[in-house]
Amino acid sequence: MKILVCVKQVPAKDSPLRLTEDSTWIRDADLSYETNEPDAFALEEALRLKEKHGGEVVVASVGPARVQQAIREALSKGADRAIHIDDDSGSKLDSFFTAQLIAEAVRSEAFDLVLTGLQSDDLGFAQSGVILAELLGLPHATIIMEVEVIDGRLKVKRELEGGWFQWVEMPLPSLLTIQSGINKPRYATLKGIKAAKTKEIRRVTPAELGVKPDEAAARNQLRRIYVPVKTKKTEFIEGPPKEAAAKLVEKLQREARVL
Amino acid sequence: MDVPTKEERTAIRESVRQLCRDFPDPYWREVDKKELYPHAFVDALTKSGYLAALIPEEYGGAGLGITEASIILEEINRAGGNSTACHAQMYIMGTLLRHGSEEQKRRYLPGIARGDLRLQAFAITEPNAGSETTRIETRAVRNGDRYIVNGQKIFISRVKQSDLMLLLARTTPYDELQDKTRGLSAFIVDLRNVKGKLEVQPLDLMINHHTNTVFLEDVEIPAENLIGEEGMGFRYIIDGWNAERILIAAESVGDGRWFIERASKYASERVVFGRPIGVNQGIQFPIAEAYAHIEAADLMRYEAAAKFDRREKCGAEANMAKYLASEAAWEAANVCLNTFGGYGFARDYDVERKFRETRLLTTAPVSNNLVLAFLGQNVLGMPRSY
Repeated sequence: MKILVCVKQVPAKDSPLRLTEDSTWIRDADLSYETNEPDAFALEEALRLKEKHGGEVVVASVGPARVQQAIREALSKGADRAIHIDDDSGSKLDSFFTAQLIAEAVRSEAFDLVLTGLQSDDLGFAQSGVILAELLGLPHATIIMEVEVIDGRLKVKRELEGGWFQWVEMPLPSLLTIQSGINKPRYATLKGIKAAKTKEIRRVTPAELGVKPDEAAARNQLRRIYVPVKTKKTEFIEGPPKEAAAKLVEKLQREARVL
Repeated sequence: MDVPTKEERTAIRESVRQLCRDFPDPYWREVDKKELYPHAFVDALTKSGYLAALIPEEYGGAGLGITEASIILEEINRAGGNSTACHAQMYIMGTLLRHGSEEQKRRYLPGIARGDLRLQAFAITEPNAGSETTRIETRAVRNGDRYIVNGQKIFISRVKQSDLMLLLARTTPYDELQDKTRGLSAFIVDLRNVKGKLEVQPLDLMINHHTNTVFLEDVEIPAENLIGEEGMGFRYIIDGWNAERILIAAESVGDGRWFIERASKYASERVVFGRPIGVNQGIQFPIAEAYAHIEAADLMRYEAAAKFDRREKCGAEANMAKYLASEAAWEAANVCLNTFGGYGFARDYDVERKFRETRLLTTAPVSNNLVLAFLGQNVLGMPRSY
């Protein structure tokens, strides 16, 4: 199977989040980055499918030069080669733009399966995967908890609300967005890190792909971001103990929602 | 050996950091509290090949240098873990790598690299010898195709968690020697199949190190397990000291960074008298000072490691790195404890555990006084003090 895995690099969970002066983004200089967690699960699923059915795992990532760190991590874990779509246009808010870039970069290759994480840990739109499926003309399924390949077809388990699951059969090629927790991602091995050095990373730019960042910028505009203001309020509940206790229980249930 | 690129080193650091994330504070707290060996952590590290960093590729390892090995240990300590649980494998490997026969390397190294064999016990120190290694008394007497060993070793860690143990024993009586650095030999003891009596008595220490007294009574070691030449064991062990000091320096830097990170975060968040305690220079400056000392020590660590990897003489740098980094880590430990105040003594904050663990690094595997003696005598040319 020829599998594409889309990997995003996001600010590390323990990074300090400070706003830029104009409050339109977080200060990049303060950040360290890591691979988007759901994408790590998608990569692991791809590697397991390759181990079971043979084939190739290719990683694609959009972003400036720093995303090569996430790409190398994926190559260290066992991906065979990578495509780096080198873009620092600041149109990171637009899932359509991201999907368009990946679609144009991989269109000439016939992938049997495309995997993405369900959503990104930073913006959480959960859109890039499904738009990419549409642009590539592939069927897709989201929130996937299990993947089986049987006789050239897919059988996948989707997570629904309230502890319910749904089994879906699909043709190949398809695109799946993978839910976190589907597997236990492997660690990169020392030998894997060494081997990654010689693996191919194809670098392409939006201009080479015929995708215009200006159009993406026109579709979305971020006006302001802010840190939620924390408030603290102390309230005294008056009245006889029995009534006060009842009021307290009601408040804990309805307002604080801790009971 | 190819010199790894900056990106590769970053990748190693990031990967170890990622692995360590799966073993957070509560894991190490429990291991320490219950005096357990961190099997799950060591297994994960071994399976991913990190403990085989120094083993050449032809024997199944990664064939990397001391710089990369030191990054691995630094990150473990920086993440709040304790690499002493497994670092000895890296030190001991050097003796086998440099002085072992081809047959010995083929017999042991691939298994160690795969994680099937643990070589983490190193039996040198004795009750009557301490740092004066040339006075050890454990005797190995050749009898046909084997050596018969009798004696006692102390502060021998992880004997019960290892499959193999490196043993230094006397093969020529001290009084018969002209060169007192001769007469000691290095052996590999297969702990899975001991012939004779090898008794292991755990020591109750302030750190969770699985350290023991080991009594050897008529323990038989096949002659083929002798490393290198008979009588040259002390020289072989000394050869490994620079590597050991560089790795200890890196662990100290890792500890130091953990303390600084925790202290500065706590100082910024803990509000007393209506403001974070970190605004007080009495709190802030010691943290900044300790940070500067850690970063300075780190430069010496990389200098020593780079020289080691270029196969240049690095005794002075390795010793200075060990001294500077372990002292800086201890300074950072005290600063961190002061910053946390009473809470620092509570197990839930992990400061007291790391405090105990990092204190060891100024004392073992070599006391900082002996490091200073090395610098005074061998680098500055002053008279021998001991």
